[in-house]
Amino acid sequence: MSEISTSPVVTGGALSPRPHPAERPLGRFVVANRASIGSLSVFLVMLAIFFVANPRVFSSWGLYASILTTLPVAIFMAVPLVFIVTAGEIDLSFPATMGATSLAFAYVVQAGYDPSLAIVAAVFVGVLLGFGIGALVVYAGLSSLVATLGMNFMLRGLILIATQSKSIALPGLADTWVSRVFSSSVFGIPAQFLWAVGFVVFCILLYTRHRFGAQVHIVGDNPDSANEMGINVKLVRVKVFAFMGLGAALAGVFSTMINFTWWPTSGDGYLLPVIAAVFVGGTPPWGGIGTVLGGAIGALTVSFIQTGVVGAGMSGFYVQFFYGLIVILSLLGHRWNQTRYR
Amino acid sequence: MVDRLIELRNIKKSFGSVYALGGVNLHVDQGEVLGLLGDNGAGKSTLIKILSGVLKPTSGDILIRGKPVSNWNPARSRASGIETVFQDRALAVQQSIVRNIFMGRELAGRFGWLDIDKEISEARRLMREIGFTSEVFSPHSIVGQLSGGERQGVAIARAILKQANLIVLDEPTTALSLTETAKVFHFVRQVRASGRSILFIGHNIHHVYDIADRFVVIDRGHSVLEKNKNEVASAQDLINFMEDVAKPRALEDLSV
Repeated sequence: MSEISTSPVVTGGALSPRPHPAERPLGRFVVANRASIGSLSVFLVMLAIFFVANPRVFSSWGLYASILTTLPVAIFMAVPLVFIVTAGEIDLSFPATMGATSLAFAYVVQAGYDPSLAIVAAVFVGVLLGFGIGALVVYAGLSSLVATLGMNFMLRGLILIATQSKSIALPGLADTWVSRVFSSSVFGIPAQFLWAVGFVVFCILLYTRHRFGAQVHIVGDNPDSANEMGINVKLVRVKVFAFMGLGAALAGVFSTMINFTWWPTSGDGYLLPVIAAVFVGGTPPWGGIGTVLGGAIGALTVSFIQTGVVGAGMSGFYVQFFYGLIVILSLLGHRWNQTRYR
Repeated sequence: MVDRLIELRNIKKSFGSVYALGGVNLHVDQGEVLGLLGDNGAGKSTLIKILSGVLKPTSGDILIRGKPVSNWNPARSRASGIETVFQDRALAVQQSIVRNIFMGRELAGRFGWLDIDKEISEARRLMREIGFTSEVFSPHSIVGQLSGGERQGVAIARAILKQANLIVLDEPTTALSLTETAKVFHFVRQVRASGRSILFIGHNIHHVYDIADRFVVIDRGHSVLEKNKNEVASAQDLINFMEDVAKPRALEDLSV
């Protein structure tokens, strides 16, 4: 360590009698989690409005249990997408990756192997696809927006060609230990949701207390500086796409285990809601910062809109309008809530 | 015999058909302050980027303590004890001070989990050393909130985190106030007193003359002058020389 003692190189500014807010534990928590606290407020306000509109429907546990069963599928993709957006990239290919990984899962189960092996296969395919897509974007120097859009079409096309657009029923899945562990319920709480909570906690730690998360932030903030300081910028970028592939694989596995059926459209409907979830959650689109917890809350908010609108007694035609309203209001809220340094 | 820390031999760098460096020789000895001078476009920044591993030379050798290096890149440059404070400071402005100080050199334990407590206490110590005396900023403060001089402080703190053998300061006094400039000078003398080396790049010839033990002037990709301080009478000598270097070619260009 350095033994140099120097007189000040910089001036510190006026002496303050109170410690900086970033130094007080509560202050630091609020500052660090400003965006997720904001997203949570949006969700609670929305919930309150729905509740007032139809107290009977929104006080029944069944409604929440059904949301908590399907929500994890969105969470497994929204959270890795926070890493991608923080790294200054975007991925539009995860719906097709979810389709491909769940197809791998279905094939292995159909062939009579243990479902746990099918999960390993799905995760392997997901990470491999993620690496491939990442390498294509990073090493060929393509725009991730356009390249992943192309990959999404191509991969979905391959899935349709390979399966002739036929679904695969997996009735044998119902009585396996894997299905009991991953899609039963514990004291009325769907197991999927508990796994998703575990995943979110792990990802928060990865994002804030791991070298990978630290380098993702720096690469998204200033890739030139990251390179000058010896960070392998390209490798970090490829890794976030591989991580996205892992998330899409988990989403594919959980979604297939809910229905015991693989659909050729598996993943299709998730593109826009998952992207909306990331931004509703408070991760800004310019890279360098973001919030994993916010992304999960954003997924909750977005997943809730459809059920909420119908449950509140409005016609399904209102759903899209509310999607848009929530996205715009959240962006306005976060804009006011965050200081932009670049 | 002085200890030769780093040597660049006949470094050439071309971008397409344009030669930025046409064969530069440069060395830095242990414990000296080398001043690198040159006009805009002389190739100073290109040379610094090669030294820090950001750019690969088209040809030429880099020797660390007499041994040629291979697969030169920023990580290897830093691992060989070369720390660069870039002109733009190379900071990630949306990140905290501590994340910037440990950029590319995160303190991680098993499986890559960060030792955040140790990073914070190290950052606090470095911030004290370089003079963040006030309580306004903490290691958690976001760099985007800091002034230019304070950001320079963070970049310097990062450079002295490890015992660097050579600290490269690229235009460290540009856009700094007089007092901040004096502090940078003080820092340079401290580093030299501790037996380590500085490569000081500057536009302001008076600044470079005041601080350096030896001068190298490069012009249009070539080193055109190398003198010890005792061979140069005054900063005006250096200015006259640089104007002489610039003049004849300018006239040649005009006489086409």
